[in-house]
Amino acid sequence: MKKLNAWLPVLSAILAILVDYGVGNIDKHMPAKHPYFMYLLVVLLGAFTIIALLSYFNPKAKEWIEDRSLFIAATILFLNVINIVTKKLGLLPVIFFPTLDKIISIIVEDRDFLALCLGSSGKLLFTGYFFGAIAGFATGIAVGFSNSANYWISPLIRILGPIPATAWIPLVLISFPTTFTASAFLIALSVWFPTTVMTSSGIFNVRNAYFEVSSTLGAGKYYQIFMVGVPAAMPHMFIGLFNGTCASFITLMTAEMLGVKNGIGWYINWQKEMMAYANVYAGLIIIAVTFSILITLLFKVRDNVLVWQKGVIKW
Amino acid sequence: MVGEIKVEGVVKRFQQQNAEEVIALSGIDLRIETGEFVSLIGPSGCGKSTLLRLIAGLNGADEGKLYIDEEEIKKPSYERGLVFQDPMLFPWLSVYDNVAFGLKARNIYKANHMEVQKFIDLVGLSDFSRSYPHQLSGGMAQRASLARALVNHPKVLLLDEPLGALDAFTRMNMQDELIRIWKERGTTMIMVTHDVDEAIYLSDRVIVMTPRPAKIERCIEVQLARPRARNNPEFLSLRSKILEILHFTGTVAEPNYYL
Repeated sequence: MKKLNAWLPVLSAILAILVDYGVGNIDKHMPAKHPYFMYLLVVLLGAFTIIALLSYFNPKAKEWIEDRSLFIAATILFLNVINIVTKKLGLLPVIFFPTLDKIISIIVEDRDFLALCLGSSGKLLFTGYFFGAIAGFATGIAVGFSNSANYWISPLIRILGPIPATAWIPLVLISFPTTFTASAFLIALSVWFPTTVMTSSGIFNVRNAYFEVSSTLGAGKYYQIFMVGVPAAMPHMFIGLFNGTCASFITLMTAEMLGVKNGIGWYINWQKEMMAYANVYAGLIIIAVTFSILITLLFKVRDNVLVWQKGVIKW
Repeated sequence: MVGEIKVEGVVKRFQQQNAEEVIALSGIDLRIETGEFVSLIGPSGCGKSTLLRLIAGLNGADEGKLYIDEEEIKKPSYERGLVFQDPMLFPWLSVYDNVAFGLKARNIYKANHMEVQKFIDLVGLSDFSRSYPHQLSGGMAQRASLARALVNHPKVLLLDEPLGALDAFTRMNMQDELIRIWKERGTTMIMVTHDVDEAIYLSDRVIVMTPRPAKIERCIEVQLARPRARNNPEFLSLRSKILEILHFTGTVAEPNYYL
């Protein structure tokens, strides 16, 4: 068993290929143009065979695959089971649970339009996120360092902050010239709140002694704010950004119902109404992959910025 | 030479939670000469750290005035460097950038960047300039914070129990290090400590303070040649003298018997 560890994904892929090839299909499903699931399995088989072979020579590859092999094998097995339940036996309602072939075929054949949707969603998300994060930092720093800003803005944050951004839709729709700016504003709002709260609470939690030391080293007020307060609060700021990112995804999906021309959330909604569930799943897969890449990127940036934190705190 | 500190009739009160007033310092007069090494010693609550913070300019006095070279102390300045018991290195900066902080904050880093490495070498951290504070031991971190204060060429270095958190051996090494730096730089040094031996070992003058009312009880000149030996008879007699002052003026009751 131990020796076979690196080969588990390969075995699982072979099993799935045998099932897909050997077991007959039920004819309730509309067949896809190509056997895409088989293509995917062959690619996986090839890739993991190479990695398994590599693991005999390269200790890094060995470690990588041995850490993950069980999970990957189980994932392939799960796909195999889905394939059996849908395409082979048709146990689930055909209209809501299309075959894997069909779902992959949408991603492949509809890729231009999906990319266009992803692009416009991305534009909306980044516009909103960028302004929301900047505004969040600015408000957070102001509240953290200025007593009068704290006095006037804090109650505002406490009252307005917890309102879900999407609850503003009725007001936002009549206040903004275009749906794009309206949607971007909603996303910005959803990022702004957690960023502000975590930035200011991060600054409040900076040990006063850091400011005292820096003042005896000759640092002026603004130097203290930006070279002591902000870096010391950085771990909190990243938590705020992280929460903001999650909130922005939710808001994006809702904001795209405000009559945009295209977008990935809009796509899913539209396809759902058309009862095209293969397209819905394709859209969901694309969202999952994209968002998890964005979150991973944020974590990478954090690890780089907070390299000094290693061994201090981890979250 | 510069770095003369004058404290004239300084009173400091603190408001407690129950609105009761605590007198942290009651009428302190003190003069510290240029280049002198002075220790403030006394039990907790005698106001020695408060006095140090007033000299640093971190707090203001309620009555009286403090001067450095005839100029009134109103706010913190790089001229009066401060080292706490906790090294308080900025954890997000490497040792090098921590030491360079003062020069950068004063916008004179470009012209003086050679100084940074010089002071890192002075405190013996040459191999650790790229390390982050969490990678340093307690003694190393305290050296780094010493270098960070010294790079500004302060006229006065204020040390608030700088060696309090170190183990006994590191502590004795650091004491020698402090003396070496003090001799080399000629900076006026004012140190708060709980340790009578440390105070005698390092200082020209030991200022013994007492709580309630928080005031200076006695100034004791230490006229021993350096390097000092901790087991020298005169050292020991000074030690018992200071301990005696602290003992009989505290809350300890006089013995109710006579020999």
